[in-house]
Amino acid sequence: MTALTAHAGRLRWALADGLTLIGRELSRVRREPGELIAALIFPAVMVVLFGYVFGSAISVPGGGDYREYLMPGLFAMVTFTATMAVTMRVATDASRGVMDRFRSMPMARSAVPFGQTGAEILNGVLGMAVMAAAGLLVGWRAHRGIGPTAEAFALLALMRYALSWAGCYLGLVVKNEQTADQLMPLVFPVTMLSNSFVPTGGMPKVLQVIADWNPVSALTAACRGLFGNPGAPAASRTGDLAWPVAHPVAATLGWAVVLLAIFVPLSVRTYRTRGR
Amino acid sequence: MTNEPIVVAEALRKRYGTTQALDGLDLAVPAGTVCGVLGPNGAGKTTAVRILATLADADSGHARIAGHDIARHPDRVRARIGLAGQHAAVDEKLTGRGNLRMFGRLHHLSGRDARRRADELLERFGLMDAADRQVSGYSGGMRRRLDLIASLILRPQVLFLDEPTTGLDPRSRGEIWDAVRDLVADGTTVLLTTQYLDEADHLADDIAVVDHGRVIATGTPDRLKASIGDRLDVVLGDPADAGAAAGVLYALAGAHPALDGARLSVPLPAGAVRLADVVRELDRAGITAADAGLRRPTLDEVFLRLTAGPAGDQAGDQAGEREKETAR
Repeated sequence: MTALTAHAGRLRWALADGLTLIGRELSRVRREPGELIAALIFPAVMVVLFGYVFGSAISVPGGGDYREYLMPGLFAMVTFTATMAVTMRVATDASRGVMDRFRSMPMARSAVPFGQTGAEILNGVLGMAVMAAAGLLVGWRAHRGIGPTAEAFALLALMRYALSWAGCYLGLVVKNEQTADQLMPLVFPVTMLSNSFVPTGGMPKVLQVIADWNPVSALTAACRGLFGNPGAPAASRTGDLAWPVAHPVAATLGWAVVLLAIFVPLSVRTYRTRGR
Repeated sequence: MTNEPIVVAEALRKRYGTTQALDGLDLAVPAGTVCGVLGPNGAGKTTAVRILATLADADSGHARIAGHDIARHPDRVRARIGLAGQHAAVDEKLTGRGNLRMFGRLHHLSGRDARRRADELLERFGLMDAADRQVSGYSGGMRRRLDLIASLILRPQVLFLDEPTTGLDPRSRGEIWDAVRDLVADGTTVLLTTQYLDEADHLADDIAVVDHGRVIATGTPDRLKASIGDRLDVVLGDPADAGAAAGVLYALAGAHPALDGARLSVPLPAGAVRLADVVRELDRAGITAADAGLRRPTLDEVFLRLTAGPAGDQAGDQAGEREKETAR
């Protein structure tokens, strides 16, 4: 009985600590809104750049507006690139000694990674809202009603959360802001090597296979389907498509579960033992 | 039990790769005192602090803080210690007050108590004016002070300060020293590592000189100085007397004096010879001394004497860099 209450007490503190760290993230945003604005302007610029500059030369398979085709891809891309912001924050804490201070305090060992990743959900919701607004401005619409639209955003949020654990782990491993900064440009090509911006059909075979199995593609395809945007795989053609592209929602859920199963325990363990 | 020193380390060993960072370190710090841990780079100071503050595990050996074993009850230890490291471990993006409140909440103070404690500390350590400014705009000294008070939120019984003033200007250093003295007056035990010997001289009740991962000398600053004896300097009125004067000094000190121009210098066992005797003996030999003085060695000289050898040279420094890298 006492063991049970002790356990419940620990859990309560872990939650409280996690919330404190999420609160920390919020007050950082309040103090430096510029950083958030910059992070939000980037996708908006992408909407304009890809939507109008490249969009004028790219035709959507099966017809349709390119900007409608593009928006789910951008949602997915931002979901993936945001990972590096988590890496950056964790690495900064590690290199500045803030992490050591946390570790020298009698707080729950899991609170720090949970707090860091939890804060990312808030950032994600805000970022998605701004992107959706930018999308609506350039003519993007969700055509299938509230249910599927909510489902799409939930998928994006889930993937962002799962990825933030990978980002957290990476930050714990590099423990250095400079290295984290250098990793940043590597994420970008990964998001490009997908169906986000152009159909994979025209790519060389090897790239096409990679692109089709890229989780970015699954997420993009899932969003296209749920938003009712062009470029979603037609049900009649699923036979000759790679499995993740043919079943994008299941594939995305699968990716999220795998990421969480790997990186939650790994991050918590690494946080606990780093520097030992 | 009650008479046990509040910090006890016994035969701590820790290896990082090929570097034996700690090689049987023993330490005992009585409650309410300041222990200065001195040592060249790479001597194992930071490793020792990290282990005692539960950030790292020792390969072997034991340590207790306020009677709690660091390996078996790290949470009990963490509830009783504060740590301020070589970095200002605070969030640059938050304000000074925001940082202290966050750490207060993480120490499980209520929102109200965290706020009150933050204000109390800011007031006491002269940061109230900067309380609502972002830390990124603080000076180096202000950051360190904030870092220090962030480790004081729970009124720790033992405070670990790992090179708290490295890289600070003399004025900021003085401010940190004042803060540490204040804390000690409140009964906090402080374990301080430093490369600055004057810092240890000013603050520490006891000094432990660490080299190659073990303690090679302990004692009060005065005792350590006495252990290497005094030094007698004589400046001759006429350099031609050097030979005769050397004979006189040899007879008194039992060691051959070093000659540098008109200056003769010889080590003396502490308290063995009085200056008056020196002057009388020189006078009797018909030698005029322009100046004669007995000098206590500085802690620097003690330190150099004790740590003479490979650790003082570059190889030691490099090992130190390695140690710090792996320690993080």
